[in-house]
Amino acid sequence: MKKNLIEISKLSKKYKNGLIALNNIDLSIKKGEIFALLGPNGAGKSTLINILCGLSHHTSGEIIINNLDLVKNRKKIKSLIGLVPQELHLEAFETVFDNINYSRGLWGKKRDDKYILNLLKKLNLETKKNSLLMQLSGGMKRRVLIAKALSHNPEILFLDEPSAGVDIELRKEMWEVIYNLKKEGVTIILTTHYIEEAEEIADKVAFINNGKIILVEDKNILLKKLGDNKLVITFKNKIKKLPEYIKNYPCELSDDKKNVEILLSKEKTELSSILIDLKKDSNFLDFNLKKRSLESIFVDFIKRKNHD
Amino acid sequence: MINLLAIKAIYNHEMNRTKRTILQSIISPMLSTSLYFVIFGSAIGSRIKEIDGVTYGMFIVPGLLMLNLLTQSVSNGSFSTYFPKFNGTIFELQAAPISGVEMIIGFVGATATKSILLGLLIIVTASFFIDLNILHPLLMVFFLLMTAITFSLFGFVIGLWADNFEKLSLIPLIIITPLVFLGGSFYSINMLPEIWQKISLLNPVLYLVSGFKYSFYEISDVSIWTSIITILLILFILIVITLLIFKKGYNLRN
Ligand SMILES: Nc1ncnc2c1ncn2[C@@H]1O[C@H](COP(=O)(O)OP(=O)(O)OP(=O)(O)O)[C@@H](O)[C@H]1O
Ligand SMILES: [Mg+2]
Repeated sequence: MKKNLIEISKLSKKYKNGLIALNNIDLSIKKGEIFALLGPNGAGKSTLINILCGLSHHTSGEIIINNLDLVKNRKKIKSLIGLVPQELHLEAFETVFDNINYSRGLWGKKRDDKYILNLLKKLNLETKKNSLLMQLSGGMKRRVLIAKALSHNPEILFLDEPSAGVDIELRKEMWEVIYNLKKEGVTIILTTHYIEEAEEIADKVAFINNGKIILVEDKNILLKKLGDNKLVITFKNKIKKLPEYIKNYPCELSDDKKNVEILLSKEKTELSSILIDLKKDSNFLDFNLKKRSLESIFVDFIKRKNHD
Repeated sequence: MINLLAIKAIYNHEMNRTKRTILQSIISPMLSTSLYFVIFGSAIGSRIKEIDGVTYGMFIVPGLLMLNLLTQSVSNGSFSTYFPKFNGTIFELQAAPISGVEMIIGFVGATATKSILLGLLIIVTASFFIDLNILHPLLMVFFLLMTAITFSLFGFVIGLWADNFEKLSLIPLIIITPLVFLGGSFYSINMLPEIWQKISLLNPVLYLVSGFKYSFYEISDVSIWTSIITILLILFILIVITLLIFKKGYNLRN
């Protein structure tokens, strides 16, 4: 028994047109974790998800899911998986309820109207249950797709940009739904462009760029390790050069020459001495502590990688 | 383990689509059948002498049935498998734990059901115009079932192969319709010059039409056993082709 639910090794995907969308990827995902895949457009996130869900075949490498080899046990593995695709592919003339019911059937589950109605309620769709799919807005369609994926009680849920086009309020409710699924033991893999989404709900984060995984890390460790704090000092008047007491720290002067950002160390031991000196500075106006977001970490990472 | 519930889900899903267009599904075959009887049965048929001992109106029933069964099975079958590719909902069929065989049973079952209902509807409509007297009803039902299933499967394969709407209508248009018309649907091949009779025998649809004619009136162009073997053979070949296609994973988008 391996402890990881999904174990990917040396996975590559070359499309027919020769494009290498995934390049020798290794990745492990634990049971019950919320795993976020972050990366720019065209990084290969959807390609990876589609391969894991059986929509597309990989060129080389090995994928083990729930201790089964994907290539040899497609049907068994598919029965564990729910997928919310990136694109809003839906019928037009079917009702919301019937279409969700259809998904449940496709996965070989007995009809259960109560379960589906409850699902619709959780996803704020109960008033739409008899609407035709074509009458829904984009955000509603996205939620119908989520309901379809959950209709058959998957153990692993793939969400390819679940919150694209979903407004802030509903996004928060969706996070709630995702949290609750996690509590029930569902493993969730999602891609997102909203860094705050990963920051909010993910346990683990992987950065992917140009078909390569550049970093996989526990989110909290990542935020701690890389997400060191910044001290932002605001001065009353423009400064010509950095004051003595900060010039030895990694500083950045803003364009208006009134703000200085200082990157603090993990332990932030320098903070107190800076603050003491600041108080003596007559030009000093205010200061703020800023936490680095995953987004800025991510941007730095991509920059650094591209330099290499 | 066969995923019976998935087969049922696909079947119901397809049948629901049909229900949504039920009026069109009923009215159009009834109307076209009626027109055939008015024009060929009464207007022109009255000037044509009996063929093989039956009036012309009676004579065209099996051919008319075959024409509708083949074209409708192929076009409905191909549409039902092409459409998910077209609107993108195929992702769900690909992600679901369904085998190729289960998909075939669901889709082809639904299309064939529709064709069989259509066939019955045509027989009922025809009975308003002529005295319909089916000599071998069981044999007739056998041909109805086999033809519906076989050509629904043919449609299914075309739907997998087609990547645009043109290809979808190509096969019914350039293959099925001519073969039905040249297969003795509306005439007996005895009426043709000898050389054309020989050529006609290369047309598989002729054997099917002939089988149908036999089940209705005990008249036929070829022996009934030849007809039975032909339909079984076509079905067998199609099943083999379909399974090969599935094995290659042709149902996948990329
Ligand atoms: N069917 C295909 N044939 C050829 N190339 C493809 C195909 N699908 C995707 N690609 C290419 O593979 C690369 C990865 O695409 P993918 O859709 O996985 O990116 P992504 O990370 O999901 O991007 P996004 O954030 O925009 O959704 C892109 O360069 C894309 O153009
Ligand atoms: Mg994508």
